Amino acid sequence: MTTETKKTVNQGRRNGLIASICLGVFVGMIGMAYASVPLYKIFCQVTGYGGTTQRVNAPTGVVLDKTITVRFDANTSPGINWKFRPEQRSVTMKIGESTQIAYWAKNMASHSETGTAAFNVTPQQAGAYFNKIQCFCFTEQTLKPGEEKDMPVVFFIDPDIVNVPELKDISTITLSYTLFPVDDPKPVAQSVTDGDVKKTIQ
Amino acid sequence: MAGTIAHDGHADHKPQGFVRRWMFSTNHKDIGTLYLIFAITAGILGGFLSVMMRWELAEPGIQIFHGLASMIYGVEGDAAIDAGKSMYNAFTTAHGLIMIFFMVMPALIGGFANWMVPIMIGAPDMAFPRMNNISFWLLPPAFLLLLISMFMPSAPGAHGVGGGWTIYPPFSTVGQPGPAMDFAILSLHIAGASSILGAINFITTIFNMRAPGMTLHKMPLFAWSVLITAFLLLLSLPVLAGGITMLLTDRNFGTTFFAPDGGGDPLLFQHLFWFFGHPEVYILILPGFGIISHIVSTFSRKPVFGYLGMAYAMVAIGVVGFIVWAHHMYTVGLSLDTQRYFVFATMVIAVPTGVKIFSWIATMWGGSLDMRTPMLWAIGFIFLFTVGGVTGVQLANAGLDRSLHDTYYVVAHFHYVLSLGAVFAIFAAWYYWFPKMTGYMYNSTVARIHFWVTFIGVNLIFFPQHFLGLAGMPRRYIDYPDAFAGWNHVSSIGSYISAVGVLIFLYGVFEAFAKKREAGANPWGEGATTLEWQLSSPPPYHQWEQLPRIK
Repeated sequence: MTTETKKTVNQGRRNGLIASICLGVFVGMIGMAYASVPLYKIFCQVTGYGGTTQRVNAPTGVVLDKTITVRFDANTSPGINWKFRPEQRSVTMKIGESTQIAYWAKNMASHSETGTAAFNVTPQQAGAYFNKIQCFCFTEQTLKPGEEKDMPVVFFIDPDIVNVPELKDISTITLSYTLFPVDDPKPVAQSVTDGDVKKTIQ
Repeated sequence: MAGTIAHDGHADHKPQGFVRRWMFSTNHKDIGTLYLIFAITAGILGGFLSVMMRWELAEPGIQIFHGLASMIYGVEGDAAIDAGKSMYNAFTTAHGLIMIFFMVMPALIGGFANWMVPIMIGAPDMAFPRMNNISFWLLPPAFLLLLISMFMPSAPGAHGVGGGWTIYPPFSTVGQPGPAMDFAILSLHIAGASSILGAINFITTIFNMRAPGMTLHKMPLFAWSVLITAFLLLLSLPVLAGGITMLLTDRNFGTTFFAPDGGGDPLLFQHLFWFFGHPEVYILILPGFGIISHIVSTFSRKPVFGYLGMAYAMVAIGVVGFIVWAHHMYTVGLSLDTQRYFVFATMVIAVPTGVKIFSWIATMWGGSLDMRTPMLWAIGFIFLFTVGGVTGVQLANAGLDRSLHDTYYVVAHFHYVLSLGAVFAIFAAWYYWFPKMTGYMYNSTVARIHFWVTFIGVNLIFFPQHFLGLAGMPRRYIDYPDAFAGWNHVSSIGSYISAVGVLIFLYGVFEAFAKKREAGANPWGEGATTLEWQLSSPPPYHQWEQLPRIK
């Protein structure tokens, strides 16, 4: 083997090495993109980011003399034929005191349906201080046709909220639920009703 | 250092026949030429879309898009007006995607970098010439898919992707059920694959194929800028690929990455998108930084001021570019501390960018300035990029951004850094290297007219948009209240003037090829010190058969 060809072979090997490292980085970054899905979920649960509320077993026992108002909001997604509303618009309570409220739901469909509720609070920073002890949103709810149900939520506001500069002056927190059907969601690209679009898809 | 190096008889063995020469090409210069032709074509199309939008916005009310919609989609009456409104949104989306992925990136990275980086570092070709061929030939089908998507149904009664280049869900999932979005996603996948292959090729070439004696710290700044750009591409594009693949499976296979009813979060897409999107804007501008450094140094007849500072400023911009993405998302409800961090990190980028601006000025300072056409474009770049940089520092403030978010102020800002910044860098490079690439000298008068018409035109378009944005005009609407009519009219006139500028550019290219004025190996004199000026113009088909030695 001449030195010239040896040099070319070496060069080729070094090129291949760098290209493989680059390829590894590429695959790794794709992996990171997908890993961000569960990581983001954990991040929201831990930090209350985006108004994610916290789940606890018991109140801390500290009750402050200051009161706060919690307002309740209910939405249903178009995919589920339920009536869904809070039984009371708002409740005013002491910070740290645990309170029970209820939402009411009725299945208006002619068949039994299962729903689950997504939730958050506004202002979103309050999510980390909004502790739920019991909530219908922890599990899926199934209602028979025409059946109605009161669904309780037991919660308290963490007294630490008064130590947060951004939150210490707020007087109202809004808790919002959106009810979604539990089934295999249909891919949107196939669930079109409009004739124009349907024609082209088929 | 000027003067040509003699090559032996093998240097000009070109493959015979059109198909073999161009379709199967593995020659970095031929592929670079293909990229440049592609970028010019895509740029004209993207520019056409923008002129149509400005024509529409010249007056309040709906002028042309209902007519266009009934012409192209065959709808009448109220349906035509609704289709026209969607069409306008499809135009903004396509304009953005085409200009980013099919004009600026192919021109700077595929075109000029392909042509000049191997020559500048003293390499005979790219490290993987056949991969280079694939990189280019993936682009035309990607472009075609994007064009087809404009004619595909999206939302009921609408055609083309209408969600802007950022394609946020839920509008890009449940809001646009038709196949237009799927076409666009596939187009981005293919364009992304092309860029990733290109990036791997550049990294390998620059690391392994430098001529003896050319250490990284002696490498020309353009090669530095392309190396950093390639790293940004390699790290950011896979995240976009992941994000849009999730969109695709959400749309077609029932996954719920971004659908709250399945436990997903639409905001996650914004994080993924901007983790790619912010480095992407540096991908668009960094090669321009490299080019401007060479031009300023050539026409000042001085080495560039603070070479190492310039190189590492680009490294710093690249690194910090990855940790500022949420400044595009101040209005989504980030906590105050998060916002404080992103404001701070964003402003930090102004430091290395400032280093670059000051170094360019310091290079010119005391130099023997020669106002040839490339220098005009380079100085135009420095001025306009700085204007865009100033509004960028303003918009970095979360408090101010909340009021200006999604207004024309933002549109003016990013067009000053990209449309005026990156595009001026492209034209500067074009006039700087045109004599080298073709062997012919352009007509200086035509080139200067091109510069001044473009300079006046683009400033007329985008400067008034600052006023419109401050007055509260939101982006991505086909119509606006009468109060905004005045400056919108001015902006539209600017766009017509810029369109004339493009025609002058094309005429200049035609004229240069028709007149065939010999340019010679180095038309720029002793200021042009990089290796490409030691070769003949155009360079031999295979250069550096004997590797140059750098002292």
